[in-house]
Amino acid sequence: MMTFFPDTYHLTLRHIRTTLRIPIWIFVTLTQPVIWLTLYGQLFQRVVEIPGFEGDSYIQFLTPGVIIMTAFFGSAWAGMGIIEDLQHGVIDRMLATPVNRASLIAARVVHASLTVAIQSIIIIVLGMVLGASVPGGVPGVLAILLLGALLGAGFSAISNGVALLTRREETLIAIINFFGLPLVFLSTAFMASDLMPDWIRFLAQGNPVNWAVNGARDAMVGENWATTWAYVALLSAFVLVAGFFSTQAFRIYQRSA
Amino acid sequence: MNAISVSDLTKTYGNGVEALRGVSFEVAQGEIFGLLGPNGAGKSTTVRILATLTQPGGGAAIVGGHNVIDDPAGVRRSIGYVAQASGVDRWGTGRENLVLQAQILRVPSGQIGQRVDELLAWVGLTDAADKLVNTYSGGMKRRIDIAMGIIHEPAILFLDEPTTGLDPETRAALWTDLDGLRRDRNLTVLLTTHYLEEADRLCDRLAIVDQGQVVVEGTPNDLKAAIRGDTVTLEVGESTAAARETLRGLDDVYEVIPDGGSVIANVARGAAAIPQLVTALERASIDVQEVTLSRPSLDDVYLQYTGHRFVPGEATGTGEEPRR
Repeated sequence: MMTFFPDTYHLTLRHIRTTLRIPIWIFVTLTQPVIWLTLYGQLFQRVVEIPGFEGDSYIQFLTPGVIIMTAFFGSAWAGMGIIEDLQHGVIDRMLATPVNRASLIAARVVHASLTVAIQSIIIIVLGMVLGASVPGGVPGVLAILLLGALLGAGFSAISNGVALLTRREETLIAIINFFGLPLVFLSTAFMASDLMPDWIRFLAQGNPVNWAVNGARDAMVGENWATTWAYVALLSAFVLVAGFFSTQAFRIYQRSA
Repeated sequence: MNAISVSDLTKTYGNGVEALRGVSFEVAQGEIFGLLGPNGAGKSTTVRILATLTQPGGGAAIVGGHNVIDDPAGVRRSIGYVAQASGVDRWGTGRENLVLQAQILRVPSGQIGQRVDELLAWVGLTDAADKLVNTYSGGMKRRIDIAMGIIHEPAILFLDEPTTGLDPETRAALWTDLDGLRRDRNLTVLLTTHYLEEADRLCDRLAIVDQGQVVVEGTPNDLKAAIRGDTVTLEVGESTAAARETLRGLDDVYEVIPDGGSVIANVARGAAAIPQLVTALERASIDVQEVTLSRPSLDDVYLQYTGHRFVPGEATGTGEEPRR
């Protein structure tokens, strides 16, 4: 444990540095939320007219959905980095040092969570520019960042675990493509819960993406704090399970090397 | 006590490939020891076991006084490991790579700056220190790899195929660097290579590894001295089988081995034997296109102990019986 925090810190800095050196990544990160919010905002703007849809602003409804969707997809791809490191011998080079083993995964998870938090702030600001309001105020925004970061931590841990087990970019891409959009559409990111078919509403209850969207929407409004914290608790449990999975995957990788 | 002590290591991979079939050797402190053999001989597997990256199937290995199985953490503190695949972060600068490596190797933070500067100067990368490693040439990358391997001043350094993929000029420069490493730091170095001349040039002692076993071990000079006589290579085109039969019957010819369009004759005194060999072949109506005489090289050592010529790029397994 003595080495966990310093090692995680140093390795996280490496990941942040790498990310900041990819100009196209920064460009996409900044512009993609604009596209999501304007595209979906325009495409689905008349959804609010459906009887049973609460509220009258789709941007208001959509902003937390886009925040969580961005957090989900961003972190789901986190495993690509570890595959590149595996292929270039970076992981082996580090495993031959006394570096804290858990830090090798934790640094990637922390990096994914920080990235999510920054993207979330950008999307909240953009949503407000486009007409969304945040009655939840600063506590609401902080709760949204926490929910997004937790979701990002969980899915980046899973992504890294899958990457360590499969060690192939193609496999990870296929898995993300298979689960990505279904998990987003099995949530209230774009559609109110009351308007979902029963079976989708049922499945959504067990979907961490849905927990984060619901929690973020409550936090944005600043009401139902109890349910927001319940979602934070659920997502924390999800992070623990995902973290356990990724450390087990790392053990398997080391044993099979 | 020896810096590295390996006894009867075995390793079978999950796919059934028997990489090691009982490898044993000892390396003294301050020695440069080479594992020489073609790809697939088991050199890298041996080094990966010694660097705690993979577990042996059986046998034992002590590195720097630590058992690789019981005390991998102790081993990791004592060693530097430079893999064939480099392992440098291409999207970091040379300096950033060295600093991070020093941090995870527990170099006290107060010493990191100075040590990184010294090492950058030592490997001649001071000017390129703040450029991304991705922009480095192969030789520069290799030098940063080696600097990363010794940033924590380990007692033992593993170099897995340090010069593979480098052009001859860069390779020669790296050899000079490794000489300096030995001179300046009294490091124990275990290096693997599939270049005979590299093993000859760099190693105090070496072991030839073939098909997962050490076939012979000794100093390059002792190994070469153990080879009887000289080697005469005669280019005879299609007639290698006939040439072999003809030459085998002569006095002073120890052995004849076919090699492509040539036969390689191991003879007592090369210069005296050549006229005799050529005359014998001409009498048998075998046309000799070219004759070369060579003093014993590690190539011949390899040939003698494994029964086949050294082909670096290929895994061995020609089925020929080793001659002893």
